Amino acid sequence: MALLDYFRQRKTSGSAAIAKERLQILVAHDRRGGGPSYLPQLQHDILKVIRKYVAVDNDAVSVHVEQNGGQEILELNIVLPD
Amino acid sequence: MARIIVVTSGKGGVGKTTTSAAFAMGLAERGFKTVVIDFDVGLRNLDLIMGCERRVVYDFVNVIQGEANVGQALIKDKRNPNLFILPASQTRDKDALSIEGVGKVLEDLGREFEFIVCDSPAGIEKGATLAMYYADDAIVVTNPEVSSVRDSDRMIGILSSKSRRAEQNLEGIREFLLVTRYSPERVQRGEMLALEDVQEILSLELIGVIPESTSVLNASNSGVPVIMDRESSAGQAYSDMVSRYLGEDLPHRFLKVEKKGLLGRLFGG
Ligand SMILES: Nc1ncnc2c1ncn2[C@@H]1O[C@H](COP(=O)(O)OP(=O)(O)O)[C@@H](O)[C@H]1O
Ligand SMILES: [Mg+2]
Repeated sequence: MALLDYFRQRKTSGSAAIAKERLQILVAHDRRGGGPSYLPQLQHDILKVIRKYVAVDNDAVSVHVEQNGGQEILELNIVLPD
Repeated sequence: MARIIVVTSGKGGVGKTTTSAAFAMGLAERGFKTVVIDFDVGLRNLDLIMGCERRVVYDFVNVIQGEANVGQALIKDKRNPNLFILPASQTRDKDALSIEGVGKVLEDLGREFEFIVCDSPAGIEKGATLAMYYADDAIVVTNPEVSSVRDSDRMIGILSSKSRRAEQNLEGIREFLLVTRYSPERVQRGEMLALEDVQEILSLELIGVIPESTSVLNASNSGVPVIMDRESSAGQAYSDMVSRYLGEDLPHRFLKVEKKGLLGRLFGG
């Protein structure tokens, strides 16, 4: 068993490299923060406006800020009931 | 004034309580009057790791709520006269702690002790933020594994923005990285993030690397902080870490796979 392990270990290319790469992306994203601090309030206000016209769930509205090159894109997603 | 050190991580099960017990015992062994506080209200286990669970009468919450004074709640360690434990409550929840209450207890303890070690609960919510709020130093416990590194990074962000020092514009909390459960064998096989990778991502001063070791389980089974197991690699690594915290410059150990002879390779585990 141990002998087998000894030969096997030379071939395995482990997953640590993938882990590192994923972490670098993840951590960079976390550090940028979840977007500007007004996002939750914006989301709340938009929800209120929508509700004047349609009855939607609390989680019907989502807002995200995407970084795209030098541009920031505010992405707004509204799910209407069917 | 006592120096307040928080042992924190974000993620649970990475070795905060193991570290708090070892670190506090290590400071006491060097002659410093030390108290270690369990902030994990509702899930207390520091008293188990310290081996004093049967001597708990009052706890941290009792003190905060004025049902006992801090002297009544402190448990004196039977092995080292410099060491005291303030246990957490098993029955209440984290809402029983308040920022003012914690501040008052730390202030009282600060008159008696040289070091106050705060064993943080997991998470980044109330319990964890209260444990770090008053800290002067932070030991960020991290396993070489994706979710632990990520959570540590988030905790580092919180340390620099939501502490007393940050709010009062004082010099920031001194932060140290402690990598635990490190397995050089698995790193060599490319299965585990290497120390350099973790350091590169978190870029904190490295205060120690604790190897994965069965002696940690043995120590917790018998209620003895692993630092007292002088033979074990984990115990020695914790002892080195205490020395570094106190200003000594020691090389890191237990980072490389121990070379086994051919027989060891054939029959060893
Ligand atoms: N260096 C180590 N080697 C082996 N097991 C460890 C090591 N450090 C911690 N453990 C184990 O990991 C588990 C979680 O440790 P603990 O200190 O309770 O973590 P936390 O307080 O962060 O939740 C325990 O079972 C402990 O024995
Ligand atoms: Mg713990």
